[in-house]
Amino acid sequence: MVEHLQADGEEPCVTLDAFLEQSNATAVRLESDEDARALIPYLDRLKLIEVAFPKFRDGRGYSSARILREAGYTGELRAQGDVLVDQIGYMKRCGFDSFAPEKDLNPADVEAALSRWPEHYQAAADGAVPIWKLRHG
Amino acid sequence: MYKYDEYDQQMVDARVAEFADQVKRRLAGEITEDQFKPLRLMNGLYLQLHAYMLRVAVPYGTLDGRQMRMLAHIARKYDRDYGHFTTRQNIQYNWIKLEDAPAILADLASVEMHAIQTSGNCIRNISSDQWAGAAADELTDPRPWAELLRQWSSFHPEFSYLPRKFKIAVIAAEEDRAAMRLHDIGIQIVEKDGVHGAAFYVGGGMGRTPMIAPLIKDFVPLDDLLSYTEACLRVYNRYGRRDNIYKARIKILIHELGADEYRRQVEEEFAHVKSLGIDPPKAEYDRIAAQFAMPSLDLSASDEIDRTDPDFAVWVDQNVAAHKVPGHAIVNISLKPLGGIPGDASSAQIDLMADLAEKFSHDELRVTHAQNIVLPHVRKADLFAIWQALDAADLATPNLDLISDIIACPGLDYCSLANARSIPVAQKIAQRFSDPARQRDLGELKLKISGCINACGHHHAGHIGILGVDRKGTENYQLLLGGSGAEDVSLGTITGPGFDEDGIVDAIERVTDKYLAERTDGERFVDTYRRVGMAPFKEAIYG
Ligand code: HEM
Ligand code: SF4
Repeated sequence: MVEHLQADGEEPCVTLDAFLEQSNATAVRLESDEDARALIPYLDRLKLIEVAFPKFRDGRGYSSARILREAGYTGELRAQGDVLVDQIGYMKRCGFDSFAPEKDLNPADVEAALSRWPEHYQAAADGAVPIWKLRHG
Repeated sequence: MYKYDEYDQQMVDARVAEFADQVKRRLAGEITEDQFKPLRLMNGLYLQLHAYMLRVAVPYGTLDGRQMRMLAHIARKYDRDYGHFTTRQNIQYNWIKLEDAPAILADLASVEMHAIQTSGNCIRNISSDQWAGAAADELTDPRPWAELLRQWSSFHPEFSYLPRKFKIAVIAAEEDRAAMRLHDIGIQIVEKDGVHGAAFYVGGGMGRTPMIAPLIKDFVPLDDLLSYTEACLRVYNRYGRRDNIYKARIKILIHELGADEYRRQVEEEFAHVKSLGIDPPKAEYDRIAAQFAMPSLDLSASDEIDRTDPDFAVWVDQNVAAHKVPGHAIVNISLKPLGGIPGDASSAQIDLMADLAEKFSHDELRVTHAQNIVLPHVRKADLFAIWQALDAADLATPNLDLISDIIACPGLDYCSLANARSIPVAQKIAQRFSDPARQRDLGELKLKISGCINACGHHHAGHIGILGVDRKGTENYQLLLGGSGAEDVSLGTITGPGFDEDGIVDAIERVTDKYLAERTDGERFVDTYRRVGMAPFKEAIYG
């Protein structure tokens, strides 16, 4: 079983396979090719789901995140891996609320990236009101 | 025509500010070319053989005089005084300096234009019928749906890192002028029992593995159009191949799964996505559609055209199409003059077309996927004045859909991926068939050239297609026959061994001679080919 050690005092994430076998864990890691929907029966119990971004170009994690949020998951949703400043705005909109980039990000750049867009055209998983709704009240 | 409101403007302005900041960091050496590349690509900036190339979006090919004039201004100020209109209804500039790019984007933003999502593995510019809103044969104007899709897809957080680029076309006529079924998603607005809905064709494309999109759903209610599109994309984003760039387009996923299994997955996803409330209300469609309302045309305009001038009459017959309102017409401006580069226009020509649009076409122009320009709403009484102005600017070549109306990609003259040159071949073919009477005798004949297997020049969809390949270090051209990007969509078949540059021109002539010998009354080239098959042509070519 592969464990991914996180910040001090945090329960390590187990793999999806391990989680589905010994399912008392509360933190799980989802690889980019794994089906987020496999976790749906257990969302109440989970505190942390870590979604892997092996390469920034691999955008499957965006769908995984939305699927989990759309299914009602309210715990921590973490993007881990090749997470770059120019992607985290999209990640946040898809429901990620924490980031574990392989390479440190400049906090000022992160701040700028997350505040760049005043509004959004489409609804996603961040609760933002889409522009069409703003137009029509 | 759609006008930005404060929200649309704000989005584009934010993007300009972001990119200006990224370029600044790049020029200061704070980020590497490697880190910068995906960022510039999202703003349409490619690095080509000689310089940066900037691709500017012309959403569904529609623009007004002010925007057209800005395109001329950019060509004049930042490029070498010309621009290149593309098969994606966009315009490209071939000689851009990186340090000018932010200023160009700011200039574009001042006229409600941008280069957003003109490259990268995201949803690209939505394309449509260049005669939308004017065509006598359309059910409704497809552009309000294209605009809804444009907004929905702009900075879409889930679909900005797809396995590969993603192209959507929307049409609303039986005649397909947008190569709809050669797109990742082709949407046709259709009517059933008096109600409009959307037919979804998914998984078409060209490139090295050309495929015609199968019908995935014959009638999606229009209230569900965005949800259904989102479901199509989500299945692709999750399951499209990412291990091999050549197998990453949605066409491969659908080919591997089978259309039925893909449909099943989309339907399942759609049942869920529909519950999320992502479809805008009818009021938003109405707001957008109102802006595409037919301009107030002169309903008493005369239907007569004075055909005294024989050259004018030839141009009218070839380049002018039927408008839905009597007394009016659609003018097609050919960017394929003899000896020219297909799709290129000088700043002065672009300005002139802007003037004509303002004066005669209710301030509207269109870019076509065949790399021509359209004035969509013209009074028949004004045709002669328009023709005279065009003729004086070398823009009145009467060759729409004839053999010299060639689609050609930039090829080895500009493109770093090319195997062979496309432009000189196009010029030689146009030269060989330069006699206008001969071209008209040959009739509709769509000739399309790509400089490599990526198929930017749509060679698979040409009645006659040419593909540049590299054969032991020399340029070589394969010949394909029988493709079509229209409603009779089909993929061309390779005739046999390839040719050098002069050989391909000779081969085409043997093909057209054979057609003239074989054709029956009223048969287009492609009809004859379909009737008699490859064998007689093969024999004519190779003996
Ligand atoms: C000069 C720089 C260009 C480069 C490097 C380039 C590169 C490519 C590549 C790599 C593909 C294949 C993508 C795939 O199949 O996944 C492609 C396809 C395509 N490109 Fe280009 N291209 C260039 C210019 C153009 C121009 C000028 C046009 C329009 C005239 C164009 C229109 C297209 C179209 C229509 C396709 C086919 C899309 C499909 O497969 O469905 N490209 N291009
Ligand atoms: S078809 Fe090939 S040569 Fe032509 S523009 Fe596309 S990538 Fe370049």
